[in-house]
Amino acid sequence: MSAIHIFVDLLAGRREAASLAPREWDGVITVARAEAMLATLAHWLKDSGLPPSVAALFADQRAAVAVARTQSLWEAEMARRALASERIEFVLLKGTAYAAAGLSCAEGRQIGDLDILVLGIDIGRAENELLEAGWEWVKSDPYDDAYYREHMHELPPLIHKARDRMIDVHHTILPQTHRVTPDPLVLMAEAVETPTGFRVLSPPAMACHCAAHLLADGDLQGGLRNLWDFHCLVGDFLKDDPQFHRTLLDEARRHGLSAVVRRALRLSNHLYGTPLIAYEEPFPLRYKAERADDLFIQRLLARDDWGRPTHFALHQAFYIRSHWLRMPPLLLTRHLWTKWRKG
Amino acid sequence: MRHSTRIAVGPVQFRIGSDWRAPIAALGRLYAGYPQDEARPADATVRLFAARPWRRWLRPSVQIGGDFVVPDALPLPLSMGLLAAEMGMNLQVALGWRRHLLLHASAVARGGRAVIMSGESGSGKSTLAALLGEGGDGGEWRLMGDEFTLIDPVSGDALAFPRAVSLKNAAIAEVAARVDAARLGPLLAGTPKGDIRHLIPRADAITAMHEPARPALLLFPRFGGAAAIEPMGEGEAFVRLTEASTNYVALGEAGFAALTRLVREMPAFGISYPDSASGMALVEQLFAEAVR
Repeated sequence: MSAIHIFVDLLAGRREAASLAPREWDGVITVARAEAMLATLAHWLKDSGLPPSVAALFADQRAAVAVARTQSLWEAEMARRALASERIEFVLLKGTAYAAAGLSCAEGRQIGDLDILVLGIDIGRAENELLEAGWEWVKSDPYDDAYYREHMHELPPLIHKARDRMIDVHHTILPQTHRVTPDPLVLMAEAVETPTGFRVLSPPAMACHCAAHLLADGDLQGGLRNLWDFHCLVGDFLKDDPQFHRTLLDEARRHGLSAVVRRALRLSNHLYGTPLIAYEEPFPLRYKAERADDLFIQRLLARDDWGRPTHFALHQAFYIRSHWLRMPPLLLTRHLWTKWRKG
Repeated sequence: MRHSTRIAVGPVQFRIGSDWRAPIAALGRLYAGYPQDEARPADATVRLFAARPWRRWLRPSVQIGGDFVVPDALPLPLSMGLLAAEMGMNLQVALGWRRHLLLHASAVARGGRAVIMSGESGSGKSTLAALLGEGGDGGEWRLMGDEFTLIDPVSGDALAFPRAVSLKNAAIAEVAARVDAARLGPLLAGTPKGDIRHLIPRADAITAMHEPARPALLLFPRFGGAAAIEPMGEGEAFVRLTEASTNYVALGEAGFAALTRLVREMPAFGISYPDSASGMALVEQLFAEAVR
C-alpha cells in the first residue's frame, strides 16, 4: 500500500495509527509534508499509538502551526486597521477565514497568504490604503501586472515590507474570464461576523468557494489539503444545519457552481468519507459517480513514497485544463504567445 | 528511490535517497560509527536526483531535493555527490526543524559547559571547533558541531549536532596534519565553496551527542589580524544571533524567549586571531574566566 493511500486512510479514520509498521511512517510523513498537511495529521492523530519519535515530531508541528496561526490572524488585524480609515468592508477568505471562524479545518492547517474579498468598486481605494500602510508590489513585470488588473479576480499580489507577508485582494472568487462567474455582491452581502469581529463568507458560500478554488481555479496543486478543508466544512456545517447538503447546492446553483460542488462532495466522500445525503425535493440531488472522477482521484493521489509527483502526463493535463477553464481561447492564445516571446 | 540510507545526527533522523550509489556509499563511510536505529521513522527526507532521466548517466548532475527545497538551487556534478547530500541534510534542518532554536554556529563543550561560536562562512568557527575537538590544546573538549547548535527552548541547554565536519581550503591541511587519515573523507576539489574535505568526529563526541551542555560562552571569531578580544553587549549579541538563526522568526515568542535568555546567561565576545593556536588560546582563556 502506498504512503499517500495510508495517509488519506489515517485522516479518514479508516486506519489506526498504531497499525503502521515503523518504516511506513517515513513515507506518510514525507507525503504529508509535501501536501502541506503534516500538522493537520499531527492534530487529528494526536498521540494515538504513535512511535515516540513521531509523537515528538507531531508535537513540534502542532506548536509551529499554533504560532503561524497567531501570525496570520495578526496579519488580518493589520489589514483591518489599514482599511478601517476608509471604511472599506472586507471579508476574509480561505485559511485565515477558517482560523478566524474557529472551524475544524483550521486545526493544524498551514496558512500562507492573507486572502481578502472587497467589492469591485472599493478595489482602487483598498489598494491605496494598503500601499500607504507599507505593502508593496511583488510583480515587477508590467505584462503580469496588467494581466492581473484586466482579467483576474484579484489585484497583483502585495507583500508587506516589514513583516514579509503577502496579501491577495480579491474582488470576486473566480477570474473574470472564467466560464463561471459567481456574484461577489451576493457573497459580500450575506457574509457573517466572527466572534472576533472579522467577516467571513456564509457557511454555504464558504464551502462553494472552497470547492471552486479546488476544482475550477487551478491544476489541483495542494488538492488534498483543499479537499480536506471542504470535508471539514461540510462536517462542521452539518452540525448546525442537518439539511446542509440542500443549502449548499442551493447556493451553488445561484453561482453556477453546481457541478463543481457535486464533484467536490463525491471526491471528499471517496477519499475522506464525507457523509452524502441524497434528496428528491425540492430538486433532485444524487451523487452518481462520473467517469472523470477517477482521473481527479488519481491526480490527487499522484505522489510516491519519497514525496515526488508521479503521473507527469496527468499533471500536465490538469494544468492545461486549468488554463482552458480560466481563459477564453483567444485570450489564452495571446497569453501563451506573450509568455513564450518573453521566454 | 534506487539507493537509500538512514543517518541519525543529534536529535534528527534522516532518510537519504539517491539515483546513484556513490553518494550513499560515501555517506555510509563517513557515518559508519554513528548509532543506527533501523526502526526509527525519519524526521527529514533528502532526495538526490537527476533532473532529467538522461542526466543520470550523461554528465551526471545531482539535484538536491527533499521535504524542503530551495528554488533554483544549482545541481552539482556527481563527483560532489557527498557535498550535495550534506547540503540537502543541512537544508532540511535549517528549514524544517522546529523543536529547538537553531543557531548557525559551531560548539564545543567541557565539563557540561558549552562554548558557542557563531560567524559568517570563513570566520574560522568550524576550524576552531574541529581543532579544539581534537584536543588541540591539551584541553579535553567535546565537539558538539561545526554548523548547527540547537538550543532547547524549555531548558535553555545547548544540544549537539555533530555531523561530519566540513573542512574548507586551508583548514584541510591544518586538521589533516593532526588526525588519522582514516577519519577523513575524500577531497572534493573546486566546489562552489572551494576545496572541501570531511572530518569524522571523534567516537566520544558521537557517543555523547545526546548529552546537553549549559551555554557558558558566546564567541564571534574573526580569522585574521592581531589577537584581540572585544566584549559584546547583550543587545548586539542578540541581534547577531537572530541573523544566525534559521528558525528564529518561525518559532515566534518561544524563539524570542529562548534567545533572550541565552544572551543574558552567557558573556559574549568578538575575537580576532592571526592563527589557530592563538585562536584556541583565546577560547581557553575566555572559557576559564566564564566558568570561574
